[in-house]
Amino acid sequence: MDVLKIATAGSVDDGKSTLIGRLLYDTNSLTTDKLEAIERSSRKKGLDYLDFSLATDGLVAEREQGITIDVAHIYFSTPTRHFIIADAPGHVEFTRNMVTGASTAQVSIILIDARKGVQEQTFRHFFINDLLRIKNLIVVINKMDLVDYDQSRFEQIKSEFEQLAARSDFHKRSIHYVPLSALFGDNITSISDKTPWYDGSSVLDILENLPIQSESVNAQARFAVQNVIRPKTNQYHDFRGFAGKLTGASLSVGDEIIALPSGLTSKVSEIRLYENTFETANPGSSFVLSIEDEINISRGDMIVKVNETPKTEKQIKAKICWMDAKPLRPGTTYLLQHGVNRVLSKIDTVNKIFKTDLTGFETIQNELKINQIGEVSIKLSKPVFYDPFVENRENGAFILIDSNSHFTSGVGLLD
Amino acid sequence: MSEVIEKPETLTRTKVLKNNVLESEAIYIIREVAAQFEKPVLLFSGGKDSITLVRLAQKAFYPEKIPFPLMHIDTGHNFPETILFRDKLVAETGVDLIVRYVEDSIKNKNLTEETGKYASRNRLQTHTLLDAIEEFKFDACIGGARRDEEKARAKERIFSVRNDFGQWDEKNQRPELFNMLNGKIDLGQNVRVFPISNWTELDVWQYIKDENLEIPSIYFSHERDTFLRDGLIWSADEVVFREENEVVSKRRVRFRTVGDMSCTAAVLSDAQTLDEIVSEIRVSTVSERGARIDDKRTEAAMETRKQEGYF
Repeated sequence: MDVLKIATAGSVDDGKSTLIGRLLYDTNSLTTDKLEAIERSSRKKGLDYLDFSLATDGLVAEREQGITIDVAHIYFSTPTRHFIIADAPGHVEFTRNMVTGASTAQVSIILIDARKGVQEQTFRHFFINDLLRIKNLIVVINKMDLVDYDQSRFEQIKSEFEQLAARSDFHKRSIHYVPLSALFGDNITSISDKTPWYDGSSVLDILENLPIQSESVNAQARFAVQNVIRPKTNQYHDFRGFAGKLTGASLSVGDEIIALPSGLTSKVSEIRLYENTFETANPGSSFVLSIEDEINISRGDMIVKVNETPKTEKQIKAKICWMDAKPLRPGTTYLLQHGVNRVLSKIDTVNKIFKTDLTGFETIQNELKINQIGEVSIKLSKPVFYDPFVENRENGAFILIDSNSHFTSGVGLLD
Repeated sequence: MSEVIEKPETLTRTKVLKNNVLESEAIYIIREVAAQFEKPVLLFSGGKDSITLVRLAQKAFYPEKIPFPLMHIDTGHNFPETILFRDKLVAETGVDLIVRYVEDSIKNKNLTEETGKYASRNRLQTHTLLDAIEEFKFDACIGGARRDEEKARAKERIFSVRNDFGQWDEKNQRPELFNMLNGKIDLGQNVRVFPISNWTELDVWQYIKDENLEIPSIYFSHERDTFLRDGLIWSADEVVFREENEVVSKRRVRFRTVGDMSCTAAVLSDAQTLDEIVSEIRVSTVSERGARIDDKRTEAAMETRKQEGYF
């Protein structure tokens, strides 16, 4: 079955958890025992309605403060699709969780409080979705019940958001606007009669019908080697294969390949998964690849088709979102992990820091603080084999690992 | 004259490896463990999730054998069917198995066992697990936990770093971006790895069915001596405390999740095949952990145990 990954973002009180709780409830994904727990907690809090936000707020601190502080993963299905929601908090200080949640998403839901309209947080959410090149956005204008389901209010917020979206240079995305009341369930799984003027679909209907494209359209085949498989058993005495997960495009037996960094060429001789062999492997699949010639290939190397080589650079430029309390400063050394390949890296310069309202950038500071996003130049000890992030999401990103704390300090999107 | 129609030769079918999103992701994660760590281990309980992990690990490295051992923390309260199954699986796959006993930890460390109506060894197994990690210097423990099981697990990373005391610091977790897994740790730390984080209970059953995996017999409907307590069906066994007024009777049941006899409740079921189990789960309105007595203690039962080093 299809799997659609959804990222949700919203400010503290705009009803995101309630929306998710509702989606679970209306698709019968809340089991009796979970529902009973929600009823118990709602009663304990003295509410006369069911508090669906309790379905998602997992950690004790979150239940105490009534806020969401980390990425939670939530699962539900309809007869047509599996859905995975990565629910990230909307506070300014937790941008890293939002980037984390959105990094694997195919669609993003942005919530706006109908009373408040487009806020600073909305800019930030949109900016991150824009940065991560998420192709589908659902802008949910929530709490319509508190503005009497007023169409002109909805249109006004929609137009504010359209102005914001127009500032982006990424236009290949689709944006859906939905008027909603998460509390009363309007336009979540079915169209509400309280918004007769709305001619769009319900949130669930949109989610069920979004096309699931491969991560990157028109991308090329990339096979990063995770492990070398040498069984040395009697049956497979001379077997030598490379374990990895294919991205970008398919690969077939007989394809002429080039191994990087050696630059040596050969042909695909076998595509194997467990006891089965295949003629062709589709992108996304994990398998063991064998080639006709004995070439020295090890972990971190990349196998691609000849004439389809990625960029190979030791000096790179990237947009970095910083996630560590210790700021990023020029001259510092980090372990850079691109896919499964690790190289040492040294920060050259912080060139600019982006304004999250898409109005441009500043160049005054020469460091990147936590939750800031900037353009950084980096020198590498060895080249990495990459594609620009805007062309291939899966082969265009890296993380920076702090050499002392080993913390994942930042994420970079390659130019 | 009749026309001779030649058969087109293009009918030879190409065999395509389609992308099974969840399987491909799990295999990728397991391979990263083998590559990034010195001494990984797969924690094996004999339950359906760890059985699924064993198959995924086979697929990740085949034709090489699984490059790390399995470890079972034996509480002494296991269902005998699970132990029989475990030994058969080990014999058939040729993997190495390590077993460590909670009974030994209780004796060696002079631990106090819980007593009374709800006594279980669920919390004590954390001692045995942490001791075994230290004994073998394991730096990565692969487990079958899924995020859909329980709300604290919904926040768990795929590579979840634990400190020297095995504790989970939920407020300072490393962000996981795209498909990149950061397994860099200091000496003494270890990482718990959850390759089937994104699977649901139904996904696991569907996979077991598609792969035709063998599972312990207690997952299928059978007749068992049971008694009722707090609306749950308990197995009437000598390791399970029972009040005199709790009446034992035979029921047709199966288990949806396999923990200890003292903390796993049965469900009434006639499901005798994998197909019947899958259909049963599809229409079920009770969650899997609804039958886990250990989770019902307090609202934050799982989170508290994880901070102590529980799996």
